[in-house]
Amino acid sequence: MLKFILKRLVLLIPTLLGVITLVFFMIALAPGDPARVMLGERANAEQLAQLRSELGLDQPLSKQYLLYIGRVLRGDLGKSIVTQQKITDELSARLPATIELAITATIFASILGIVLGVAAARRRNSWVDYSTMTGSLVGVSMPVFWLALVLIMIFSVGLDLLPTGGRMDVRLYFKPITNYYLIDGIIMWFREGNSDYFVSALKHIILPTVALGTIPLAIIARTTRSNMLDVLNQDYVKTARAAGVPEGKVVFRYALRNALLPVITVIGIQFGMLLSGAILTETIFAWPGIGKWIYHSIGARDFPAVQGGILFISFFFVVINLVVDLLYSVINPRIRLK
Amino acid sequence: MIDEIIEEEISPPAEPGFWKESWYQLTRNRAAMAGLVIIAVFALMAIFAPLVAPKDPLIQTISARLTAPFTDGYILGTDDLGRDLLSRIIYGGRISLIIGVVSVGISLVLGVVLGITAGYFGGWVDRVIMRIIDIMLAFPYILLTIVIVAILGPSLMNAMVAIGISQMPRYARVIRASVLAEREQDYVLAERSLGTNNLELMFRTILPNALSTTIVQATLGVGEAILSSAGLSFLGLGAQPPTPEWGLMIASSKQFITSAWWVVTLPGIAILLAVLGFNLLGDGLRDILDPRLRD
Amino acid sequence: MTDTATAAAATRTGELLGIDNLSVSFHTRRGVVKAVRNLNLNIREGETLALVGESGCGKSVTAHAITRLVPMPPGVIESGIIRFRGTDLLSLPEKEMRALRGSKISMIFQEPMTSLNPVFTVGAQIAEVFITHEKLGKKEAFARAAELLNLVKIPDPVKRAKSYPHQLSGGMRQRAMIAMALASPEPGLMIADEPTTALDVTIQAQILQLLSELKERVGMALLLITHDMGVVAETADRVAVMYAGRKVEDAPVVDLFANPRHPYTAGLLGCQCSAPSNRNAARLTSINGSVPDLLTLGEGCPFANRCDNVKDECMESFPDISKAGEEHEFRCHNPIPGPGASI
Repeated sequence: MLKFILKRLVLLIPTLLGVITLVFFMIALAPGDPARVMLGERANAEQLAQLRSELGLDQPLSKQYLLYIGRVLRGDLGKSIVTQQKITDELSARLPATIELAITATIFASILGIVLGVAAARRRNSWVDYSTMTGSLVGVSMPVFWLALVLIMIFSVGLDLLPTGGRMDVRLYFKPITNYYLIDGIIMWFREGNSDYFVSALKHIILPTVALGTIPLAIIARTTRSNMLDVLNQDYVKTARAAGVPEGKVVFRYALRNALLPVITVIGIQFGMLLSGAILTETIFAWPGIGKWIYHSIGARDFPAVQGGILFISFFFVVINLVVDLLYSVINPRIRLK
Repeated sequence: MIDEIIEEEISPPAEPGFWKESWYQLTRNRAAMAGLVIIAVFALMAIFAPLVAPKDPLIQTISARLTAPFTDGYILGTDDLGRDLLSRIIYGGRISLIIGVVSVGISLVLGVVLGITAGYFGGWVDRVIMRIIDIMLAFPYILLTIVIVAILGPSLMNAMVAIGISQMPRYARVIRASVLAEREQDYVLAERSLGTNNLELMFRTILPNALSTTIVQATLGVGEAILSSAGLSFLGLGAQPPTPEWGLMIASSKQFITSAWWVVTLPGIAILLAVLGFNLLGDGLRDILDPRLRD
Repeated sequence: MTDTATAAAATRTGELLGIDNLSVSFHTRRGVVKAVRNLNLNIREGETLALVGESGCGKSVTAHAITRLVPMPPGVIESGIIRFRGTDLLSLPEKEMRALRGSKISMIFQEPMTSLNPVFTVGAQIAEVFITHEKLGKKEAFARAAELLNLVKIPDPVKRAKSYPHQLSGGMRQRAMIAMALASPEPGLMIADEPTTALDVTIQAQILQLLSELKERVGMALLLITHDMGVVAETADRVAVMYAGRKVEDAPVVDLFANPRHPYTAGLLGCQCSAPSNRNAARLTSINGSVPDLLTLGEGCPFANRCDNVKDECMESFPDISKAGEEHEFRCHNPIPGPGASI
C-alpha cells in the first residue's frame, strides 16, 4: 500500500511540471506583447518596460521558464497587476468560499444522484427510471450559466424566496470567523443564540449549489443506475437472495456497496471539476470565490492573476484525483490487499 | 439460461451488412431518432437561415427594444437592441453547428494522428505522447480551454481550436488502444511483410476498427463543444459582439432577467435542445455500435 | 389430485420435493421463450437427483423456479405446483419463502469466482445466513461460519473466514459456497447448479466427494444440475434428462446408464446403441445439429430435428410417458429397444 502511494506521488511530479509548463506558456506564447495587452493602448514606453522587467519578460524564454518554475516551487505565484497583492494571498482569501460551494454542491449531487440512480435501477423501465434518465440527459445538456440565470429568474425575481447573489445578507454586518459561512453561522448560533446568520448563509448557498450540482447530479445518477443494474445481475446477488437475505438488505448492503465503488471515483472527479466549473456559477451568483476572481482577472487582462488562479486550481484538481484514487483503493478490498 | 436469454436480447449477433443493420437498429431506437430529428431541424434551419429567418439578425430597431414574444410580428420578441430574437437564434444555430463540427474535426485530426503515431511506433514516441495527454487530462476541461484561448487570444476561431485541442485526448486514447490491439494481428504483420506503405496500412486497416467508438465519441463531442463554446462566449473568450452566438446572447442580456425573461431563456433553450439532440443520438449510437460501453 | 391426496402421496413415497406440470416462460422483445414445459419431477428425502441436459435446456430455470428466483419480468411461471414437504412453494407468501431460502432449501452456483460478494469477507457472508435465519449475534454467527469452513475442509478456518473471496482459490471458494449453503440447522435440499464446471479436474473430484460426504452426514437431498455424465455416474441416485424445456427421460442411475431409452439420453451417454434402422453404423458420441430455437418450437418432439430415429409422428406431437420399469420413464415415439426386446 505504501509503495502504491509512493509510486503515485512520484508519478505526480511530471504531471505537475507539465501543468506548470502549460500555464507558463500561456503568457510567454501569447501573441503580441503581453505587457501591451495587459496595460492597454494608452500605456507609455516606460510603464511597459517596467512591467516587462517586473514579469521577467525582457529575459530569454528559457531563462523565464526556469525562473518561473523556481518561483512556483517556492510557492510564489507573483503579484496581481490590478491589486498589486500577492496572488497567493488573493487565492487563500477566496478559497474557503469556493470549497464551501463545491462541498455543498457535491453533497447535493451525490445524495440525490445515488437515490435516483438506485430507484431507477430497482424499477427498471418504470416511470421513475424513464424520468430519471431523461432528466439526467437534459441535465448534462444544459449550459450551467443559463441554468443559474433561470434559477435566479424563478426563485429570486419571480417568487422572491432566495437572494440573487452573495454569501450573506449585508444587513447582518457579519464578521467571518472561519470564512466557511455555514460553519460560521452555526458558531454564531451557539455563541449568540441567533440563527439569522446560519439561515442567511443557507439561503444564499441554495441556488448556487443547485446550479453547480446539476451536471454532477445527472452524471452520478446515470453512473449509479448503470452500476446498480450491473451489480444486481451479478451472481453474488443471486447467492444472497438464494440464502434468504431480505431484499432490502440485498439491495442496500450487498449490491449498493459494490455499485458505489465506481461511483465514488466519479464523485471525486466531479468535486475536482466543481472547483473549476465554478467560474461561471460563481460569477453569476456574485460568489466571492476563486472562480469569480479568475473571471474578473480575465476581463481585466490581469494575466499573472489568471495564470496563478488556473495553476492553483489545476494543482488542486490533480491532488484531488490522486486522493480519490487512493481512497478507492482503500475501500476496495480487491486492491487494498494486493 | 436466464442470462443467456437476456444476453441475447442485449447484443444481437453481428451480421453481414453491419452499417445497414446498425441503421435499422437506429431507426428503432426512439431516443436516438428524436436526437436525429432535432439535429436535422437545426441543420436545415442553419443551412437555409436567410430563407427561414424573418429578419436580419443584426438590424437594430431601437424603437422595438425588448419587445415581448408574439407582439408586433416578433415571434420570439426582441433583445435589448431591438434585434429579432428568432432570427438571431436561427443564425446562432449556424454558428453553433459550425463550432461543434469544426472543433470535433480539429480534435479528430489531432487525435487520429497522435493516436496512430503513438500506437504504431511505440517506444519513446508513445511515452512522450501519452505523457502530454496525461498532463492535458490533469487539467479540468474548461480550464484547459480557457488556458488555450488565453494563449491564442479571444475569438470564435480560437475558441474552436481550444475546444478541439481540449477534446483531443479521448480520440487519441481510443485510436491508440485499437492500434495496439491490431498491430500484432496476423493480417497486419502479413501486409507489413508484403511491403505495404506504413501510413497507408495504418489508415486502411487500423482506423476502421476504431471507427464505432470514434463515431460515438464524436457525436457526443459535438454537443459538448457547443456547450463549451457557449460558456467561453459567455466569459467573453469566444464569439465577440454582435455575432449572434447563443452563449454571447445570454451574456449580453443577463441584466434584463428581471424585466424580459425571453432574452435569456430562449437562447438557452436553443443550446439545451441542440446539445440534447447530439447527446440522444450519441447515446443511441453507443448502444448500437458499442454494446460494451453500454450504460 | 386433491390436496389431501397429494400430501398422502408425498408421505407414501418419502417425497421431499415434487414438481407437477411446471411451465416457465420468458417474455422477451423477440417473443415468448418457453424455457420449461410441463415438467414433472420429484426428489425423495436424502436422495441425489441429477438434472441433466445441454445448456439452455431449462435445468437452471427449474432450479430458479424452485427457489422462486426466476427474474420476473421477463420470467413468468405459467403453470404448475412445486411441493416442498407438502407445501406449495409457488403460492407461499414471499416472506415465508424467504425463510425457506438458505435454511431448508439452499443453492450453490457454477461460478465460485463471481458467486461470492467481493467486498465482504467469506466469514461475514456465511455469518449473514445465520444472522438472517437464526437471529444470531455477529460474533456467534462468525464463529459458526468458521466451524462450517472447517466442516468443508478448509484449512485454518478461522483465518480463512477473515479472507476476502479473491484471496481464495477457485476450489476453496466453492467450498466456502457449500459452507454457506449448509449454514442452517437442518438443511433439507441443496440445489447445486453445475458446482464443478468452473473448476479443474482434480478439484472437481474433491468437491463431489465433499458434497456426497456432507449429504450423508447432514441427511439432506441434493439436486445436482449438470451436463457432465461423469459427474452423474459418480454422485447421483437418480437422473432426469431434459431437452429444450422438456423432461425426456427419468430413471435410477444404474438403469439409465445400462439402458437409455430416449435417443437423446443415448447421445449424451455417447453410446452406439442407436435406432433399429442403422444400429450397425459405428457412429460415436456426438449428436448432430444444435438445440432448436426455443422461440419457434412447435408442438412436436423438440429433439426430432436431430434424432436418428425420427418418425413422422415425432413432428406432430410430443409423446406421452412410457414406462420401462418401476421408476424408469421416458417420452419417445420411437425409443431405443430395452434389454428384453428382440432384435
